[in-house]
Amino acid sequence: MVAEPARGKHSARISWPTALLLAPATLWYLLLLVAPLAIVTVFSFGARAPEGGYASAFTFEQYLKLPTRLTPFINTLKFASLGTLFSILIAYPLAYFLATRASARLKSVLVALIIVPFWTSFLIRTYAWVTILSSRGIPAMLVQLGLVEELVLLNTPFAITLGIVYNYLPLMTFPLYVSLERLDKRLIEASKDLGANQVATFLQITLPLSASGLITGSMLVFILLMGEYLIPALLGGGKIFFVGNALVDLFLQSRNWPFGSAVAMALNLIMLVIVSLYLWLTARLSGENRQAVSLF
Amino acid sequence: MRNITTILLQYYAGLVYIFLYFPIALVVLFSFNSGNYAAEILGFSFRWYGETWRDPFVLEALGNSIFIGATSATLSTVIGTMAALALQNVHGWQRTLYDGLIYIAIIIPGIVIGIATLIFFVQFFGWLNPLLQTQFGPSAPRVNLGLPTVIAAHTLFTMSIVLVIVRARITGMDRSLIEASSDLYATPINTFWQVTLPQLLPAIMAGFLLAFTFSFDDFIVAFFVAGPNTTLPIYVFSSIRRGVTPKINAIATVTLLVSLTFLFMVQYLLNRSGNSGTINSGAVSSRNTTKPARLTRPSLP
Repeated sequence: MVAEPARGKHSARISWPTALLLAPATLWYLLLLVAPLAIVTVFSFGARAPEGGYASAFTFEQYLKLPTRLTPFINTLKFASLGTLFSILIAYPLAYFLATRASARLKSVLVALIIVPFWTSFLIRTYAWVTILSSRGIPAMLVQLGLVEELVLLNTPFAITLGIVYNYLPLMTFPLYVSLERLDKRLIEASKDLGANQVATFLQITLPLSASGLITGSMLVFILLMGEYLIPALLGGGKIFFVGNALVDLFLQSRNWPFGSAVAMALNLIMLVIVSLYLWLTARLSGENRQAVSLF
Repeated sequence: MRNITTILLQYYAGLVYIFLYFPIALVVLFSFNSGNYAAEILGFSFRWYGETWRDPFVLEALGNSIFIGATSATLSTVIGTMAALALQNVHGWQRTLYDGLIYIAIIIPGIVIGIATLIFFVQFFGWLNPLLQTQFGPSAPRVNLGLPTVIAAHTLFTMSIVLVIVRARITGMDRSLIEASSDLYATPINTFWQVTLPQLLPAIMAGFLLAFTFSFDDFIVAFFVAGPNTTLPIYVFSSIRRGVTPKINAIATVTLLVSLTFLFMVQYLLNRSGNSGTINSGAVSSRNTTKPARLTRPSLP
């Protein structure tokens, strides 16, 4: 008699009812996630057809043309880094307050109040700042009050950075809050008992132990910022180009799909590098302390 | 522990909350301003709401958005729930692969989804339409970018959200009731209908509402694959580009109101069913895939 392989809890065989239940989702992922990304990859190695679509070819010419779009990439990286940094600076004290000083009754309400704006329309949140910073908004009010002669706030790097911090603050705050919340408060007490003042305690105990939250938040914000389009379009007035603007131009306006695909692939590559960095850092951290904040 | 640090932190937090809500409050406030600009505060009026309601372009965009939202939310709730249930029985490399797909679908920027789906559909229709022509002659239907393509693209993203939420609920569910049901000779289907599904229902409904909200608020994906049709966000975006009119404030206020209502319902649903208290209960948690089964789940703040 042939011995059957042990059908334990972790058997790799999928029963047919399970496969059936999973089939629609699988179909969707294959058709609308995997296949489209594969097509983009193929396009990036193709040539441009006269009407802007894809002409069958295998060439690296699209990738060689990438340096012509260097400015959007550099802009995006600059603002993504700056935006992430400011988000950390603003979010950390807030998360710290929520995790350590907020009263237990109010805590969940306060946290929800941070998250709720994030789930509302990104477009509307950005539009709010367009209204406020436009020439008829705050500048007009300041001029009326006689405080300034003339002030241009919209379509500036300031407007873009402000928009970024505003929109992504909840996204940065939440992972930070979670990791600070999980911190064993007794460690902080122990540090105080051993004579360290507040600053030393913070730098040597709290900050390192919240590293995983910092990393998760930063990765989320940075990755999403790489693909940002609305903020430079509405708050930068088309004067400051991100990768997102370049992509919209190449796919919907000047219609150069193969080159656009190469740009998209470059973007994907950058994001892949960042995610790998994140996974590596998280793995290293969870070896040292078991408070890794991951996304599932 | 009320020392100087705590007080400073309290004030700081207060400032941040004001910062977060003040722009939104301003938009709502100005939607009731009968004047044209911020510098022109004339008085309270519903003027802009009336004008918006009578605008045929707005109504068309609104109708499209609602239709797309409802359809994609329904589809993604059904498909996502089925997948969440099925994934309980998938392990090993297949499970890892699937988790990776879900992760990618959630984290990938909307613009990449928009572009990839645009290319895919155009290529697919470019292949399909001539085929239909040869089969059915010149009166054959021509498939193009439009509402169905937006629905399809939205369903991909929102299905992942539903999956994560329902899966979190399944993991936290009280298994002893299912065991008891089997012990009492109920068939698997009966057990599912009468025990599992009612427990999952709050999470499923929360997933549906969240999926609708995401689809309704989405701009970038619809921008790429809607073809000649508009959705409300596309309409708002084009209007902003052309110059801010106060009608946008009215539209924005209504959209915010609807979104916030749905979101609070989601919060309530997820709280009731015993998940941890925030929408992100499934999205951010420490790795605990091998937690031993517990009879009751401690309620988290």
